[in-house]
Amino acid sequence: MVPHWRKMETAQKQSKVEQRWVQENLVIVPMQAESARDAITQLGTRLQAGGFVKDSWIPAALERERTFATGLPTPEVGVAIPHADVEHVLEQVIAVGVLEKPVEFGEMGNPDSTVPVRIVCALAVARSELLVTLLQRLVEMFQSPGVLSQIAGAGSPAEIVGIFDHHIQLE
Amino acid sequence: MNGEKRVLIACGTAIATATVVAEKVKEIAKEAGITVRVVQCKAAEIRGRIATFNPHVIVATTPVPKDLEIPVFNGVPFLSGVGMDELKAQIVEALKAA
Repeated sequence: MVPHWRKMETAQKQSKVEQRWVQENLVIVPMQAESARDAITQLGTRLQAGGFVKDSWIPAALERERTFATGLPTPEVGVAIPHADVEHVLEQVIAVGVLEKPVEFGEMGNPDSTVPVRIVCALAVARSELLVTLLQRLVEMFQSPGVLSQIAGAGSPAEIVGIFDHHIQLE
Repeated sequence: MNGEKRVLIACGTAIATATVVAEKVKEIAKEAGITVRVVQCKAAEIRGRIATFNPHVIVATTPVPKDLEIPVFNGVPFLSGVGMDELKAQIVEALKAA
């Protein structure tokens, strides 16, 4: 099964060069947000301004979050990975927000529960196969002892870019 | 051991989290010496897949109906790392019992 090939020409071209997933202008640290919705909107606005996603990304990500929450009760620091379907993405990248004060995200797989989240990774992924690989790398990264605290304690976008670069290189 | 065990993995879109969880389930089944067949589906397809695939165990990263009459495990610990060892043990036990 090879879905969406035509839409993905850009993504394919891009995947030939070494992919940097996080860029300094897509990192908000420290970030102030009132709610999960606010955090997703702020990160989505950065993605939109940088030309990485279509205008439809923010409403699509908010709607997806409502149906399939993405808060992960990770050790040390809660993480959420809001995203929208591939058709809303132009170029793949991750926008990262490190919240000064946590906001509650719905817990993935558990509609009755929420997770206090301080690290929000808004994933803009243009190819579904790549989302799987990215998610595997992110999960490994979240499970490496100390990494989430390191991200939560980072003082600058450059520092956060460095941590992500170290953990999630994809061919 | 009495033959192949069928595991249904459900997530929002059947692609991302389900694939990560499916890999983990295959890995732990192999470690435990259990042969498994793993199928992924969208949460919305779960009842239809139960009818056609007849799974022994379901692992989901998204809410699923509570009246499925098949052991259902929340697969999110495979993503968050919290409670993963307990979940592994529970799934192995359920597969052995199936």
